Amino acid sequence: MEEESKQETAAPERPVEPPTVVIRRPFFRRKKASPFAHKDAPKIDYKDVRLLQRFISETGKIIPRRITAVTAKEQRALAKAIKRARILALLPFTIQR
Amino acid sequence: MPYYEHTFIARPDLTPQQAQGLAEDFSKWIEERGGRVARVEYWGLRQLAYRIKKHRKGHYVFMVLDVPKDLVAELEHRERFSEDILRHLTVKVKELPEGPSPMLAGRGRDDRRR
Repeated sequence: MEEESKQETAAPERPVEPPTVVIRRPFFRRKKASPFAHKDAPKIDYKDVRLLQRFISETGKIIPRRITAVTAKEQRALAKAIKRARILALLPFTIQR
Repeated sequence: MPYYEHTFIARPDLTPQQAQGLAEDFSKWIEERGGRVARVEYWGLRQLAYRIKKHRKGHYVFMVLDVPKDLVAELEHRERFSEDILRHLTVKVKELPEGPSPMLAGRGRDDRRR
């Protein structure tokens, strides 16, 4: 009895190699330049309403980086400035349709 | 001493002179205690982006202070109990911003066609 069960487990011995699938590049994204890249770019400031507006959506939400092509550091500074502008009622928290 | 950008919004039913008077009172009060007010800007009676205490407009006053932190705390304490001030915000800054703030340099307008 013992013999048989051991022999059975040994049967499926052949090596299972991973399926080779060529992953087509799903979504090629060119590195877009950040609007703050050139040297005399506007400084991010919670008082500069006109600049901050370009980074909020029609409904007043902060636009994600992947759309505005801003570097991570600038996006953090922008988010902080926008939130401060909202506290001072320079920017709305939300805009109804 | 550290630099602070202090902004407050005064009730719309004050006259512009009264709003600026508030700022002068604060400046005097600060100078008496050895602080320094680097710059005071009056941004005028502006439309608020949302209603604050049922008001739609407010007098904006922007001040750049060079004061120790306990003066700032005292100043904010007084503003909290003042009837005329709807909201205030103090931001610590590394160095003094030079030139007029973007608000006066014409970049304070909400110019999107909405």
